[in-house]
Amino acid sequence: MSPPVLIRRGRVIDPRNGVDGVRDVLVRDGVVAEVSEAPLQVPDAQVVEAAGRWVLPGFIDLHVHLREPGEEGKETILSGSMAAVAGGFTSVVAMPNTKPANDSVLVTEYVLARAREARLCHVYPAGSITKGLKGEELSEMGALVSAGCVCITDDGRPVMNAGIMRRALQYSTLFELPVMVHEEDLTLSGKGVMNEGRTSTRLGLVGIPPSAEVSMVARDLVLLEETGGHLHVAHVSCEGSVRLIREARRRGLKVTAEVTPHHFVLDDEAVGGYDTHARMNPPLRSRRDVEAVREAMVDGTLDAIATDHAPHGVLEKQVEFERAWNGVVGLETALGLTLGLVREGVLSVQRAVTLLTDGPARTFGLPGGHLAPGAPADITVVEPEVEWTVDSARFFSRSRNTPFHGRRLTGRVAQTWVGGRLVFENGQIKESR
Amino acid sequence: MRHLLGIEGLRRADIEALLDRAEAHLRGGPDASHVLRGKVVANLFFEDSTRTRTSFEMAAHALGAEVLNWTMAGSSVSKGETLLDTVRNIEATGPVALVIRHRAAGAPHLVARNVGCAVINAGDGTHEHPSQGLLDAFTLRRRWGNLDGRTVVIVGDILHSRVARSNLHCLTALGAKVVLCGPPTLLPPGLESLGAEVSTRLDEVLPRADAVMCLRLQLERQGENFFPSVREFARLYGLNAARAERLKPEALVMHPGPINRGVELAPAVADGSRSVILEQVAHGVAVRRAILEEVCR
Repeated sequence: MSPPVLIRRGRVIDPRNGVDGVRDVLVRDGVVAEVSEAPLQVPDAQVVEAAGRWVLPGFIDLHVHLREPGEEGKETILSGSMAAVAGGFTSVVAMPNTKPANDSVLVTEYVLARAREARLCHVYPAGSITKGLKGEELSEMGALVSAGCVCITDDGRPVMNAGIMRRALQYSTLFELPVMVHEEDLTLSGKGVMNEGRTSTRLGLVGIPPSAEVSMVARDLVLLEETGGHLHVAHVSCEGSVRLIREARRRGLKVTAEVTPHHFVLDDEAVGGYDTHARMNPPLRSRRDVEAVREAMVDGTLDAIATDHAPHGVLEKQVEFERAWNGVVGLETALGLTLGLVREGVLSVQRAVTLLTDGPARTFGLPGGHLAPGAPADITVVEPEVEWTVDSARFFSRSRNTPFHGRRLTGRVAQTWVGGRLVFENGQIKESR
Repeated sequence: MRHLLGIEGLRRADIEALLDRAEAHLRGGPDASHVLRGKVVANLFFEDSTRTRTSFEMAAHALGAEVLNWTMAGSSVSKGETLLDTVRNIEATGPVALVIRHRAAGAPHLVARNVGCAVINAGDGTHEHPSQGLLDAFTLRRRWGNLDGRTVVIVGDILHSRVARSNLHCLTALGAKVVLCGPPTLLPPGLESLGAEVSTRLDEVLPRADAVMCLRLQLERQGENFFPSVREFARLYGLNAARAERLKPEALVMHPGPINRGVELAPAVADGSRSVILEQVAHGVAVRRAILEEVCR
């Protein structure tokens, strides 16, 4: 048994338990043993000095693409886990659009086995709503749940057939399983490659109107009202979606939603001179949409920050804009971008931490997300004032596709603890074993 | 300037310097046949074009350059080569400039970021066609002396027109007012913020025009429901003889070619006294000489 760990005198911010102040945190046997305002004396403990640092529940990302099985050149469960803990994430939910897609116990078990081998962070598989993500036949939801899937989603694609979506929501109530949706009406997005607006007009690129997302959010909320169940809207990008979700929550529908750092930081002008690193789906929207999602982060309409970490290689990105693939990596920049909103005065520190920890934990009913005694010792220690420059060449991710390369960020992960084990410290992955 | 990727962002003085040089060429100014002697200009046309390609070719020859004409047909692109690999291979043969026509908006920008020689955009998707914008402005300037206070109506499929975008930037930079006119489905958002006035009713704006530019309607758009039929488009937005009578007596008619006669432009108007369409073509070579000289300096 490893010795207890005493993280001393850090500012513990634990929104679920109403803690924000200097505390000592004692970790024993992989769980939080005590959180004390008075200094603790534990003779046999390994002591970690955290004065001037923040001691936070480990971050939870509801939306990452780890690409394994099938596209290991872009990312593996190991490299993705490294990127996660380097970014302060102790739990990630792995999207099912792998090759083959995760629509089976076999793929779910494979993902879990690879995650155990990586032994860095918790990896929770997401199963697909429909077989092969084709939108035609329901996957075996019961089997996926018993194998360990924490939600179902066809992410990357919408379920265009409303009848199938309705059945999926109905059936999901049997397992109280969140149904995560990528909201996009393909007849409206068409051949679009970026947000429809002044910038798409200027660049001569085909635009995707916000209605492509908003109309599907509206459809699914109408379905949800009939079926019950839990709808989780992935990567909300625009004002119209925010408004509908806010109103539905007010009426008591069980709808949750997430936002990505790129959607709350960048608007569509980031596409600028055809920068394929600013190509993602949903696309970066207008400044007005950015303001709307920020407001929704503040007022609780949005529950979680999720990165939609989507690794791609040079082959997919160093091409004509209209041929480039959608997606950006996000695990290693999420904290700094989120704290940027705190510095701008948009979010309180507590709300920012909630969106990275308690919010996502509650959304999918995952362990962690807080630091009460008995909680898993998933802890992220942050140096809030350290400035650094994003250098994609130094990512632990196998991919470099970020629009934030070269950006100055404030706030860095000093240590990441998973189950009481130090897995990342000062820029280095600690040996897994 | 190192490259010519678009008109957007060019200053009035940059544009006027190019037009002044084109004017000198057109008047048979100082012999320029040595300017690019021994140099190679590579024409890379990933999309068919006769008029623009031959115009660049003649301009390069007039400056003494050799021209490498690369075309899609039978090229390595059909074997799956990427755009960057194709241009890097051509660059390795040592051209001073690459003249690129490509169906993807931004393709010349991607190339320019990855090669050492000059890149000239000869039309990229629905983005820009800067040499066309310049030669159109040049044609109007020769007729009018300058463009200040003039109104130019550009009518047709604005959404898909690189000519419209380059002309908008070029003509407004030179002091003209540009009115973009077409059906609501073919007017993309944000045009006003780019400096245009926008209208859906051609008959209302024609009387104000000092020049009307009819855009080529890509007939294959008919299947995409941007408008119900070519016939209806022609009825609402075609410049026919009756509509041309609403124009000021001295107003000019332009078209970047090739024309769908009887669709966006009636034959009688295309060939009538207002038409400067062939002047546009004739001015292309002088303007492109000026462009080549500028980026190869």
